[in-house]
Amino acid sequence: MRFTTKSMLMALAGSTMLAGTATAELTGDLKIFLDTSNPAPRATMEKMIADFGAEHPGLNIETTVIDREAYKTQIRNFLTADAPDVATWYAANRMSPYVKAGLFEDVSDLWAEPAIADNLASTKGAMTIDGKQWGVPYTYYQWGIYYRKDIYEELGLNEPATFEEMKSNCQAILDSGRKCYTIGTKFLWTAGGWFDYLNMRTHGFDFHMELANGDVKWTDDRVKQTFANWRELIDMGAFVDNHQNYSWQESLPFIVNGEAAAILKGNFAVAPLREAGLDDGKLDFYQFPEITPGIALAEDAPTDTFHIPANASNKEAAREFLRFVVSANVQSEINNGANLGQLPVNAGSTVDDDKFLNEGFTMLSENSPGGVAQFFDRDFPAEMAAEAMQGLQEFMVFPDNLDDILKRLDKVQERVYK
Amino acid sequence: MTTAPAVPTTTAQPRGWYKRNEIAVTPWLFLAPAILFFAFYVIWPIYQSIVISFYDWDGLGEARFIGMDNYVELMDDGAFEVSLWNNLKWLLFYLLAIPGGLFIALFLNQTVTGIRIYKSLFFFPFVLSQVVVGLVFSWFYLPNEGLLNGVLGLVGLGPVNVLGDPTMATYGIIAAGLWPQTAYCMILYLTGLNAVDPEQIEAGRLDGAKGWRMLWFIIIPQLKPATFIAFVVTIIGALRSFDLISIMTNGGPFGQTRVLSFYMFEKALSEYGFRMGYGAAIAVVLFLIMLVFIAYFLWSMWKEEKGR
Repeated sequence: MRFTTKSMLMALAGSTMLAGTATAELTGDLKIFLDTSNPAPRATMEKMIADFGAEHPGLNIETTVIDREAYKTQIRNFLTADAPDVATWYAANRMSPYVKAGLFEDVSDLWAEPAIADNLASTKGAMTIDGKQWGVPYTYYQWGIYYRKDIYEELGLNEPATFEEMKSNCQAILDSGRKCYTIGTKFLWTAGGWFDYLNMRTHGFDFHMELANGDVKWTDDRVKQTFANWRELIDMGAFVDNHQNYSWQESLPFIVNGEAAAILKGNFAVAPLREAGLDDGKLDFYQFPEITPGIALAEDAPTDTFHIPANASNKEAAREFLRFVVSANVQSEINNGANLGQLPVNAGSTVDDDKFLNEGFTMLSENSPGGVAQFFDRDFPAEMAAEAMQGLQEFMVFPDNLDDILKRLDKVQERVYK
Repeated sequence: MTTAPAVPTTTAQPRGWYKRNEIAVTPWLFLAPAILFFAFYVIWPIYQSIVISFYDWDGLGEARFIGMDNYVELMDDGAFEVSLWNNLKWLLFYLLAIPGGLFIALFLNQTVTGIRIYKSLFFFPFVLSQVVVGLVFSWFYLPNEGLLNGVLGLVGLGPVNVLGDPTMATYGIIAAGLWPQTAYCMILYLTGLNAVDPEQIEAGRLDGAKGWRMLWFIIIPQLKPATFIAFVVTIIGALRSFDLISIMTNGGPFGQTRVLSFYMFEKALSEYGFRMGYGAAIAVVLFLIMLVFIAYFLWSMWKEEKGR
């Protein structure tokens, strides 16, 4: 990028103007509700909010951290009854119940500002419903296959690039007395990740979104094709047994102990795996391989977001907080390895020098031409996702029930999208 | 200073309204707080649930009146059917806690050194939170590392995955629930046994009753009040089984261990549940089932009172 005196002057003028308005006007209370209840994210957020508070001494900031799971059910209460000024949530369809009920503030004005419009363009789609933007992203992370490098080396295997290689690798792993993939489907959503990838690799991003939008029936032959591919893996015995009993955390010991060679998961799995003793020499990452040749690769990259509730009382300060959160410096800081350990959303910020963050960033920015999906339960409407994920789990345990499952899902689809 | 006379001059002035109706009004005054709270916290929510069950409502936006549609949909909902059957299984098998509790109570009803310790140990599971019971049992059932499969392995039986198998999971959870519930029934019977009349036992013995006949004709009739209470708490416990299911299987595998209360929660209040009307309809069905038992309990208590 070339700096001209004019652009620099403008930038300078812009930033001083921003600072000027901020210090002059921001007073009162700012209530922030967070779902970042795990220790590291919690500390990160509290530090970030303290920094924001230091810039705006007139503001009395009150932060409430709610358990991540409990937050998901409490949000509907506090958005209607006792709304904070800023609240965390998730992008895409997960926003829609609250957007449709008019509980989130339209922040399209923020997205019109050059600082956000230019630097966050990649996530604008995920924040848009009905042509308006309803929040700002603060972090995202890649999904992909995390595998035991040492096991692959021991068996002389390479990172697979095609479905055939994926299966032949898996056969070799099975022959060595291990399972190919660990997964815990007790809470269902993990199976959604597998479906996302198998469907996007078999038919592409656009088809996957048509299914998410209810434009394709579940009993469609193309969907059945996706399940047929999945079934090949299931029939091989690729997945650990009794996965319906485990949460995703409980499924990790299989890969740590070397009983399974890989896991399809988001980047948040890296921290517990490292803690369990898998250093970068033992743990590695590859992009989910191609299935149908020629289909543009698309990825899951769930985005976590900040929103302003429609009933917020200090929207002025809340907007300033949102500007602060997405600014390049703050994004670099909160997403680095010492903090969230995820990817910054601002194009101007730097990705921390971490093996998995680098691989993920390269994959998402250079090798994901098909598009970026959020995740099964964020792209599909809540009710459809709940029923479908239950069906996916049933399919993984009893693949023969597939026709029955798909018919059931068609019925749900008819009701949900009417 | 003179004290007022004990009997006021009644003819001097007409008595106030309250004084005239004191006998009739006072009981209602005493009942008023309870009635108020009962109406506000029990009757009104029941009425609201019934009303909501006629609406299509996500809990956030506008509610739309749809008449009986939620109930029509329930009739055709496979998951609802599964939950209903599971509720029946719970009702039926949870009652095993009553004979179980009775036999442990009979066994412990003796005077040996340290019997109090044994009694407390048997009562211990009831003191534990249901969440802890659920966790302990889900570890017990674990397919590879669990104690159950270790024991089965010793006698040469193959590993079973109790909670992962849709046909067995509900029974597995009921068994976990029976552990504390049996202890509860045991305590009820232990106190009941204290009140058994020794003279009747003596008389029975003189007439040659012993063993099962003694138990059936002399002891159990005298334990009738304890049995009634044990029955009530067990039925209620079975109908409100929720925590164990939530902890042990989360309704899974694929919804096969849900009961009505859990299904209602999932549909209306859980992470992906936005169907208040549908959830309310499930709640109403559950309420009707409970009403059968409540009516029976009230009727038998009323009969008891009248008999006195």
